[in-house]
Amino acid sequence: MTAPPSEPAAQTGAPTGAGGTQTTYREALREAHRDALTRDPRVFLMGEDVGCYGGSFAVSLGLLEEFGPERIRDTPLSESAFTGAGIGAALGGMRPIVEIMTVNFSLLALDQILNNAATLLNMSGGQLPVPLVIRMTTGAGRQVAAQHSHSLEGWYAHIPGLRVLAPATIEDARGMLWPALQDPDPVLIFEHGSLYNLKGTLPAGAAEVDITRAAVRRRGTDVTLVTYGGSLGKGYSRVPTRSIELFPWWIQAEVAAERVTVGPATNGRASRHVTAERAADQRAADMRNSIAALMSRSKREIPHYYLSTTVDLQRTSAARHRWA
Amino acid sequence: MTAGDKSPGNGRAGRKPSSRRRSTRTETSTTAPTVAATAATGTTATNAPVTAPDPADLLRQMMRIRRFEERCAELYSTTKIRGFVHLCIGEEAVAVGQMSALAPGDAVVSTYREHGHALARGMSMESVMAEMFGKVTGCSRGRGGSMHLFDVSRRFYGGNAIVAGGLPLAVGLALADQMNGRPNVTACIFGDGAMAEGEFHESANLAALWKLPVLFCCENNRYAMGTALAREHAQTDLAMRAASYGMVAWTVDGMDAEAVAEATRRAVDQVRGGGGPCFLEQRTYRFRAHSMYDPDRYREKSEIEQWKRSDPIPALAERLKSRGTLTDADMHRWAQEIEAEIEAAVAAAERADVEPVADLTRYVTSPTDGSGSPT
Repeated sequence: MTAPPSEPAAQTGAPTGAGGTQTTYREALREAHRDALTRDPRVFLMGEDVGCYGGSFAVSLGLLEEFGPERIRDTPLSESAFTGAGIGAALGGMRPIVEIMTVNFSLLALDQILNNAATLLNMSGGQLPVPLVIRMTTGAGRQVAAQHSHSLEGWYAHIPGLRVLAPATIEDARGMLWPALQDPDPVLIFEHGSLYNLKGTLPAGAAEVDITRAAVRRRGTDVTLVTYGGSLGKGYSRVPTRSIELFPWWIQAEVAAERVTVGPATNGRASRHVTAERAADQRAADMRNSIAALMSRSKREIPHYYLSTTVDLQRTSAARHRWA
Repeated sequence: MTAGDKSPGNGRAGRKPSSRRRSTRTETSTTAPTVAATAATGTTATNAPVTAPDPADLLRQMMRIRRFEERCAELYSTTKIRGFVHLCIGEEAVAVGQMSALAPGDAVVSTYREHGHALARGMSMESVMAEMFGKVTGCSRGRGGSMHLFDVSRRFYGGNAIVAGGLPLAVGLALADQMNGRPNVTACIFGDGAMAEGEFHESANLAALWKLPVLFCCENNRYAMGTALAREHAQTDLAMRAASYGMVAWTVDGMDAEAVAEATRRAVDQVRGGGGPCFLEQRTYRFRAHSMYDPDRYREKSEIEQWKRSDPIPALAERLKSRGTLTDADMHRWAQEIEAEIEAAVAAAERADVEPVADLTRYVTSPTDGSGSPT
């Protein structure tokens, strides 16, 4: 099983003895972009400061020089226009990657994401699939206050027609983009802001990640820990290693009509489920809209013999995130 | 009426006040590379220069749209058609004029008042009427209804029920054409109300910045639902505002089909030539209420009657008769043909099935067998 992602690597960029490469989450994302841009001439990246600046989180650093300004497009601060332009370009045969600087700013593009990207296929009677990838940073914990600390992937996961991904590991960062670009429907990728500096080993030959179902990180017998994205490392680090076995997940989305993929982790081996989410929102109402709540509800719908106890919901303290 | 308002007939095609000349533009965009072997749906048609339309055909199409809309109103009153229905009666000259200037490979992004656009673009009346009825034979399988007519084969990317929601989409369609070196224009249709939305300003800026082949077609019917132009815009000269983004902008009499056709043709030629977007304000008026729910309390009946004196259908008919290119017999024959076409479309819609319940979640996401894969 995959090693916990929180284990630090000594150095980035250096090959390891096992044939893997020491790298970071950020560099793995960049390599995924480089790979996609090289493999498919229809792929291009656009967003605020993705070019000359190198990406506000430096994910696209150097790609402008490598691929040119037509395929690494700096946009005005017009989230609605450039996200909608991504939708239109996808309809026109391109495979755009739209980077929205943070999830907080994605609200300025919400109409385009919800009323166009997520609905055009349905409203057109199947004529208009929207093969668009939208990436954005999410999450709290960086002392940047409420307007830069939202974790709205839970909201987005409630929208039928969207696939929502949260790469939790370096392998995810490297391996999710290409399959997302192959998806005929819009895919939203949420990158937790605290993960970009994550160091680790990318195994040699690490390739695509299956984005259609949740990943089982470790097999166990007693407790299933369900989590995603930035919480995966936290989940590992807080669990006594000898007492129980775990099924940490990262969320995958097969979210249509509020159904979240309930993958192989619930194959009957574990009898207790804990969902953990590193959420930033303060209001109690948000508890109901979190990914954790969504998964918990979905699990209640699966055959009862998988579960013998009530699903618990554990979240980090609300007060802690008021100033985050 | 305010100082910025114009009575019907004042705006003429091709008029370019000095304030509407292209302004200085920063050179931030360079020639786009061609992406090889990209075959986007419906985008492979070649676009030969569009010649001036036959004015008689413009008239016939306006009559066809008018009768279609009137029949929809009747069918709505008998509950055969449900939901929101926005009729374009009074605005037919805009629909037929602008569509006459587009080539098959050009794209159209429209609004919720798009029946006329769809018919003028060549979508079959049968498929449009069936969509009104919510039947599976409709152009959107009955899922879109009046506000969401789609036909990818004609590059008709729908009515959009969010005011200005289609503008960013049009910018993206044009971007794809530009990046692929395809000589297409995207006609982006919206109303005066949309110019108060942020999407207009974001989209106009982006299209001008990247010199994208977008024709912004503003159907200024003087009301954003029930709010009059002068009550929604501090500056009611919409073309002048658009020009501030570095676009060439014209104003045209939207009650004159020939003028709209000519102005659109010139604008399309300019856009296709690679100079970036253009803006065309078509000054028009809807004779009917905003929607079937609208009691129409916000305007004087006398104002409506005044505009009806500029009804584009009799206006063009009289002009053609005076030129000796139209007879009453022509119009009588067309009317009969149109009536037959409409009744056949209604009968077909009545006969058609609604989509089976088993298809309820179909197209929430694409079919997993790959049958719905995008190009």
